Amino acid sequence: MTCCSPSSVPNQQALNRRLDHERTLAAAHDLGNGLLQTDLVVPAMHCVACIRTIENGMSTLPGVENVRANLSTRRVSVRWRPEAAGNAGFIPALAALGFEASLYDHASLASQADDTGRKLLICLAVAGFAAANVMLLSVSVWAGADAETQRLFQLISGLIAVPASIFAGQPFYRSAWAALRNRNLNMDVPISLAVLLALGVSIYEALYGQHETWFEASVSLLFFLLIGRYLDHMMRERARSAILQLSRMMPSGASKLSASGEASYVPLAELQPGDSILVAAGERVPVDARIASGLSDLDRSLVNGESVAVQARPGLEIEAGVLNLTGPLTLEVLRPADRSFVANVITLMEAASQSNSQQVRIADRMAGLYAPVVHIVSGASFIGWMLWTGGDWYTSLNVAIAVLIITCPCALALAVPIAQVVAANRLFRSGVMVKDGAALERLSDADTVVFDKTGTLTLGEPRIASIHGGSDEEHAVAAMLARLSTHPAARAAASAQSATQGVLVSDVQELAGLGLEAVWKGRKVRLGRRSWVSEIARSTVAPAPQTNATSEVCFAVAGGDIVSFQLSDTLRTDAATVVRKLRGMGFATGILSGDAAGPVQAAAAQTGIESAISSLSPSDKTSHVEQLRAAGRNVLYVGDGLNDAPALAAANVSMAPASGSDIGRASAGLVFTGKGLAAIPVAIEVARATGRTVRQNFVLAIGYNMFAVPLAVLGYVTPLIAALAMSSSSILVVANSLRLNLVARHQAIMPSGQSAPDAAAGDELQPSSPPAPSDAGKPRLEAVK
Amino acid sequence: MSHLVFLIPIALGLGALGLVAFIWSLRNGQYDDLDGAAERILDDD
Repeated sequence: MTCCSPSSVPNQQALNRRLDHERTLAAAHDLGNGLLQTDLVVPAMHCVACIRTIENGMSTLPGVENVRANLSTRRVSVRWRPEAAGNAGFIPALAALGFEASLYDHASLASQADDTGRKLLICLAVAGFAAANVMLLSVSVWAGADAETQRLFQLISGLIAVPASIFAGQPFYRSAWAALRNRNLNMDVPISLAVLLALGVSIYEALYGQHETWFEASVSLLFFLLIGRYLDHMMRERARSAILQLSRMMPSGASKLSASGEASYVPLAELQPGDSILVAAGERVPVDARIASGLSDLDRSLVNGESVAVQARPGLEIEAGVLNLTGPLTLEVLRPADRSFVANVITLMEAASQSNSQQVRIADRMAGLYAPVVHIVSGASFIGWMLWTGGDWYTSLNVAIAVLIITCPCALALAVPIAQVVAANRLFRSGVMVKDGAALERLSDADTVVFDKTGTLTLGEPRIASIHGGSDEEHAVAAMLARLSTHPAARAAASAQSATQGVLVSDVQELAGLGLEAVWKGRKVRLGRRSWVSEIARSTVAPAPQTNATSEVCFAVAGGDIVSFQLSDTLRTDAATVVRKLRGMGFATGILSGDAAGPVQAAAAQTGIESAISSLSPSDKTSHVEQLRAAGRNVLYVGDGLNDAPALAAANVSMAPASGSDIGRASAGLVFTGKGLAAIPVAIEVARATGRTVRQNFVLAIGYNMFAVPLAVLGYVTPLIAALAMSSSSILVVANSLRLNLVARHQAIMPSGQSAPDAAAGDELQPSSPPAPSDAGKPRLEAVK
Repeated sequence: MSHLVFLIPIALGLGALGLVAFIWSLRNGQYDDLDGAAERILDDD
């Protein structure tokens, strides 16, 4: 029995290097002149020292021309020349600097979304410039400029406003055109109509007429509307990039072993049933497979919600997505990648989220009611005035434009996005990232909370429940040994004794699937599985103590007694408090778990959750959620694992902890960081307050219309009044929305021992549980040898 | 009236200058990393 099979390790490293190079080349972005740009996601970068370390460290690599770290997106852009670089080892180089990194794929949607934001911002800048200048000129006209100056000012206004409105209005014209082509009406149709009609009439007026123009109205209309549009975009974008940063995708390929035992890297799609693949310690299993050889421990918590590490032995069948913890494994592929467990989960999830996308957002519902009314009212006033004045089309058109501009939903367009942006900011400070406004709307309607157990109600990592036997000194040795391992059970045992300074152990080796062995004071010591540890202990058949712990780690000094550390997956400290609070808020609560009945019932009893169902598959969870919805419930699902993803998508609204699986985070509407669940009631409270604020905003906006529209229809609205009404109603709506910052203030301070909410923007973006064991732990182990 | 001939072009020119400067800085990527800019100012090198 050796530490880890020595022949495969150097092989694996060379393979990893080549594999890294291939992946890097594939993801790079060609800048021309033989220069490539590679973007890497570095979630742990958070201060100026990190920036400097990364930029200085990376720029010394061969072939690298320029390195720029972006702290906002937590990405590093490297410009390099492939011919000078040899094997481009950016990820290992970053790992050597102490940063875990992954490649950022340019093909993904994120870069396109950046462009949309930038275009909106340019439109906003142009509209702002035009609005300010035109308004300045208009004020002098309103103040009573003489006829000649008025004409001059109107012409200058037109010169600014016409190109500016045509350019800055593009987002609205495009969307209005798209809606019309589909025989729909959205709010952008009256907006475009108002802007274009006002421009047309004003051009005529500036050239030939004696009356006032609407130039300032059309540009300031666009300016206010673009603010709302940009805020809406910004909120989605920031939450999405925050979630992208956290993501670590499934492996895109695997090391396949040929018949002669040679390993080569192949894409997942090329794997056939019966192929042999090699999975190193710390890697995820890429496809459903059977273990052919090797000893290790497996973490299946993301797959089936079981928190206890499973011993890997030849013959065991495992799903894609399982994390291989301690030793290299050779696997036999059972199914092609597109029929693996992960692929099935994704299919289920897509089906579930399709039913959800049919829910109409409140702003769209309002627009659906409002847009026809706007058209009918302004059309009717045009016809009415034509009849009244006996065919004075010019006056009639002016009235119709006044109606369109007055009804144009500046306040209405700001009512939803501004409230949601303020709420999202408020939640961001408490460590909750809101993926889109729709999630907030649905959260405010939720009346049932369903939890997953492992990783959601519990921390998803074992903790010491009790210690049986042994002296303090033995505990210290065990803790010292445990600190050298990356196995979750060992990490838990490491907390047995914090004072380990005086302890000296030597010849440490980690035996995959068994535990750690070392020499202490000239005697052999072991930490690991009971059967293996008892081989060196005095009493070889020591009975395991009867507790309700879920797993144990044993320790013994050669010839000594067995010390047993009983471990269990502990509940998050505030789980019971949060459940009590939710029930106080009138929520029905439940657990849907993939774990066995015992631990699930225990968790339900400890937290006071009403119903608990255990041993569920991902599709069982989905169907339970769908049953609840069919019974008229609005379900909030809180879960983290791969097995929760379809249920997360099927629920009305979902939350996932940032420490969960990528796919869980991707399918949840809200993601919360930090170690507690306290974010859940805070998010609900803020969502409800947001709903109230949005409704108040609508009342304000509609009340303003009730008042202003009759004036417009009767022909009393001049451009001055329109400008005043438009600005004041928008400011009122913004001011009302800012009150959301005060919601749930008293809850902003989380229980002691947990990270302060204001740190949310910084460190909390990292997963709060330790990341998948990587090579990071290995150097320490070797240093002790 | 005659002073308007100077003042209006100056006012518009300054406004346009600001607009052009903003669009240039936006395209130049100066708003891409606001958090990083806030930290980098602390760097002595």
